[in-house]
Amino acid sequence: MKKTRLNKVHKELGGKMIEFAGYEMPVEYEGIILEHLAVREKAGIFDVSHMGEIIIKGDDALDLIQYLTPNDASRLVIGKAQYSALTTPKGTFVDDLLVYRLDEKEYMLVVNAINSDKDYEWILKNKGKFSAEVRNESDNYTQIALQGPKAQEILQPLTNLDLSEIKYYWFKFGKVAGIDSIVSRTGYTGEDGFEIYTTNHEPEKIWYAITEEGKKYGLKPAGLGARDTLRLEAKMMLYGNDIDETTTVLEADLGWMVKFEKPDFLGKEALLKQKEEGIKRKIVGFEVKEKGIARPHYPVFINGNKVSEVTSGTFAPYLKKSIGLTYLPIEYTEIGTQFEIGIRNHVVKAEVVPTPFYKRKK
Amino acid sequence: MYPKDFYYTKDHEWIQVKGDTGVVGVTDFAQSHLGDIVYIELPKIGTKVKYRQILGTIESVKAVADIYSPVSGEVVEVNEELSNTPELINQDPHGKGWIAKIKIADDSELQNLMTASEYEKFIEGQK
Repeated sequence: MKKTRLNKVHKELGGKMIEFAGYEMPVEYEGIILEHLAVREKAGIFDVSHMGEIIIKGDDALDLIQYLTPNDASRLVIGKAQYSALTTPKGTFVDDLLVYRLDEKEYMLVVNAINSDKDYEWILKNKGKFSAEVRNESDNYTQIALQGPKAQEILQPLTNLDLSEIKYYWFKFGKVAGIDSIVSRTGYTGEDGFEIYTTNHEPEKIWYAITEEGKKYGLKPAGLGARDTLRLEAKMMLYGNDIDETTTVLEADLGWMVKFEKPDFLGKEALLKQKEEGIKRKIVGFEVKEKGIARPHYPVFINGNKVSEVTSGTFAPYLKKSIGLTYLPIEYTEIGTQFEIGIRNHVVKAEVVPTPFYKRKK
Repeated sequence: MYPKDFYYTKDHEWIQVKGDTGVVGVTDFAQSHLGDIVYIELPKIGTKVKYRQILGTIESVKAVADIYSPVSGEVVEVNEELSNTPELINQDPHGKGWIAKIKIADDSELQNLMTASEYEKFIEGQK
């Protein structure tokens, strides 16, 4: 099992360690609900170093990324990040990712831990004649996420950067606790916050500086359990649950990221055809109207017929509701549609609800 | 940590015998592994259960677990407070977080169970 450079820190803190995507990671420290609420109301710090980083550099770096992803990477200036995907020729997901433009001809793709090797191979396989160097730097990067309404106040005294100048989905190079880092205003929680990337061998200096400064604000270390409940309340997709190589970008309701007017990209033809013909199914958010939690793979029924499975489902700690995601036939995706979910030996009522389930006040 | 006058199961339930009735709950080890408990399905009063039959179900944020009856008997009382405050199981698993009271049908079944010190050794091996 792989360990991140912060592994000892988690054990010192009494984190409950589990295996996730080949890494030994903390699932919780004091409890998922407490950590979840700390992020919504104050701040939380996460080790997300399991995430992968792939660097693409060279004269054709942009053209290669344009070919691999449906979003328009030509809109990225240096210092800007973009949510996008690696798509198959069918318009389904090899992965979802963030594209950072680090320099004139250098980009960083931040990918899911579970996919980093697959993505790297996929990029090499599809590189063709594009002149670009592709490096899988996943093992060299530590990524620390500081998320929550107090994130900026906590981080500001620890960095030489003026954080108020970094807008949502922008980043800067600077120092955090004296360590060279990329500070990006992004996250996977639905809150304001930062993701800090460093290749330094002592990233615990950043962790300790943040937790020390964060004490007076009520910051808590948070594990993968809270990361999952936070992202689901904000209806952010989890690869392997909600999206994969069988679901298209349009079915996942991420059509906004597909820019058909840009040059050719993998999956363009299939997605254009699907857009013209209309999608047959779409991901929806639901609320369980009775007691119980709809967990992944539980069956979903309409009029007694099984139509799909739950892709993600949890008790939402901030909303205090049982929520989830599933794909439904398009004629059943309107808000208010009632359907059923099989929870072990019984069937419960569920309803399609607006998403995101949780949206922070600006 | 584990009360000396309770008996324990390998599935991490406890039972405290008072006369012909046993108070049943889940252990601190169980609640700690489940994490934050958010729902519980309690048995109905009057339900007849057999040794190791499902008595109810606990749902935490991250997992779901069945509760198995440590003895055969009849459910005579359930902890209704858990319907609205299931977190009592996290806060006080051996006390306010009790789940049901069972009128014990055959107290020889208690010999199947572990004492506190046996249970402590058992969970040491599960860590």
